[in-house]
Amino acid sequence: MSEQLLKIEDLKVSVEDKNILDGVFLEIGEGEVHVLMGPNGTGKSTLVSAIMGDPRYSIDGGRIIYKGEDITEEKADARARRGIFLSFQTPEEIPGISLENFIRTARQAITGTPLKVFAFKRELKAEMDKLGMASEYAERYLNVGFSGGEKKKAEILQLLMLKPSLALLDETDSGLDVDAVRTVTEGINAWHNEHNSLLIITHNAKILEGLTVDKVHVLEGGKIVKTGGAEIIGEITEGGFNAVKEDN
Amino acid sequence: MADFGREKTVVEEVNRSIYDFKDRVDSAFEVSSGLTPDIVRTISEEKNDPEWMREFRLKSLEIYERLPIPNWGPSIDGLDMRNIVTYVRPNTGMSATWNEVPEDIKNTFERLGIPQAERSGLAGVGAQYDSEVVYHNVKKEVEDQGVVYTDFESALHSEYGDMIREYFMKAVPPTDHKFAALHGAVWSGGSFVYVPAGVSVEIPLQSYFRLNRPGAGQFEHTLIIVDKNAYLHFIEGCSAPKYNVANLHAGCVEIFVGENSRVRYSTIENWSKNMYNLNTKRAIVSKGGTIEWVSGSFGSHTSYLYPMSILNGEGARMEFTGITFAGAGQELDTGAKVVHAAKNTSSHISTKSIARDGGVSNFRSSVVVTKEAEGAKSSVSCESLMLDSRSRSDTIPVMDIRTDKCDVGHEAKIGTISEEAVFYLMSRGISEEDARALIVGGFAEPIAKELPLEYAVEMNNLIHLEMKGSIG
Repeated sequence: MSEQLLKIEDLKVSVEDKNILDGVFLEIGEGEVHVLMGPNGTGKSTLVSAIMGDPRYSIDGGRIIYKGEDITEEKADARARRGIFLSFQTPEEIPGISLENFIRTARQAITGTPLKVFAFKRELKAEMDKLGMASEYAERYLNVGFSGGEKKKAEILQLLMLKPSLALLDETDSGLDVDAVRTVTEGINAWHNEHNSLLIITHNAKILEGLTVDKVHVLEGGKIVKTGGAEIIGEITEGGFNAVKEDN
Repeated sequence: MADFGREKTVVEEVNRSIYDFKDRVDSAFEVSSGLTPDIVRTISEEKNDPEWMREFRLKSLEIYERLPIPNWGPSIDGLDMRNIVTYVRPNTGMSATWNEVPEDIKNTFERLGIPQAERSGLAGVGAQYDSEVVYHNVKKEVEDQGVVYTDFESALHSEYGDMIREYFMKAVPPTDHKFAALHGAVWSGGSFVYVPAGVSVEIPLQSYFRLNRPGAGQFEHTLIIVDKNAYLHFIEGCSAPKYNVANLHAGCVEIFVGENSRVRYSTIENWSKNMYNLNTKRAIVSKGGTIEWVSGSFGSHTSYLYPMSILNGEGARMEFTGITFAGAGQELDTGAKVVHAAKNTSSHISTKSIARDGGVSNFRSSVVVTKEAEGAKSSVSCESLMLDSRSRSDTIPVMDIRTDKCDVGHEAKIGTISEEAVFYLMSRGISEEDARALIVGGFAEPIAKELPLEYAVEMNNLIHLEMKGSIG
């Protein structure tokens, strides 16, 4: 197995006194692609939010280890600076801050060094072209009035510009048409390499095209009830979650 | 900005050090505290007023004594008029070249970015230190167009003396309210601007007011007369260091906008937090003319500030864009007033208020539509952002509509910072403090983009300063 990047030990998470995760174990190695599946409402988003450090979720037990360090108590910004990135299911709309300024501010926060303005602009423009985003989006307020598809593309744009080492993609493909899913997948492929890892929540195998899936986890009742290889995606798509659980 | 993520998240005191330096008090002349006819006479003599002005001052003093302290707004009990030094003359005359300004006063303005501002593209700059204008300069090409921009006292004794007599305190009469009367009695310094018909002043004129003497009042008078078919952008900036005694600013701005002319008046006010800012600004707009106010209020202990526009001529227009940010111990009562007194006049008032750390930021608007003003259109919109539950923000709209044939709208929104938005920004590596500052900055951005660039930058810096230490 490749070098370990993320290790989750017996993670218990609740929100507003309601237990959501009840002892999750998960390990992701460098360069690996993991897929997280499971019925609606079983805590998939909770898991990635907790890994990112969303303060609305309280950690009641367990640990999150990133590159060998315990980050369970760390705030989201510190985790982001370590290289963790979450592509939100519903990205926030923030008036008054342009997409470009936002990405520049984030990039400076993460790298800790000032940016060369023109080189940054060129790079941003090139990445936007790849994602088929019109250049005027750079000047528009962050996600304000963006369509569902544009919001997801803007998330992938941030992935490309912030260059994290672990990307958590929370249903990045939901609500996207076939072409948009392809564009997003191409973007993810452009970023992914042997050092960068992915944890993808999806109900749809399309986004995985072109990626070599290392492991698939099924989350149900607050626990991972099944871990397997890429082949179980097909089984789930055909027979539902019960089809794989019976193997267990 | 480069260090974004690494800045300390807890800062005990807001760092106002850019503004908070004090100069040694070294005045050439000052009147004793409090206010009597003798003091007013002394000021008048010291300033070598024409006779009519001396009488005007004394009459204003009588009105001042008669009028009550306003009882409808924030408390001004902390202001003891007996302790306010009304007239402080700095130890220098007026200079037209920067080199002649005494070193310490020059340093003050240099630290505040004046006159770097002049070098970077202004048509003219005036700088007032305590009660007197210490520096005034206008670019030659602007002067050649017939534009007059000078300190008030020189103007009073110039060929424009009669014009001043005709317009002085006609938009804001001393009977308007107690502090207008006070202003009429003890005004000192300020600027006089005249733009002849058909002249468009392409680059802005700027005035900067600095109050250094503790316990002093600043009562500058700005009179702007813009003739027909002309254009002017005037920028005003104010600041003062913090002392433990109350200071008073009761300035007055009068703008006369000629037919089909346009005047834009931009202000960033960052008085120290012991200042009582009881300022009166008013524009009278002729047929087809436009007044545009852009106003940022950040400083002062207590502010009463409602620039008023009287739309006197058919088709006259006003636009008001304002932002107010009240922090701990501040009660900022700001807004705008408009009187539609002619047909097809229009007004648009758009403001943002921010309150944090127990600060009070109230928005007050007054829209009057007279029965002559058929076809008038007015829209008022106010958005408030409260950064914690201890802070307050009220919206107090008043309307007095005397005709059915008009279109008047009002909209108010009050909100808080969304924690989801903060988390979203933090998930991109931005610290919590910077995330909140970015969101507040974004809220203010529609105002910032109306400001001249260096002021927009200053406003953003002020927001970042104010937001420092906001994470407990």
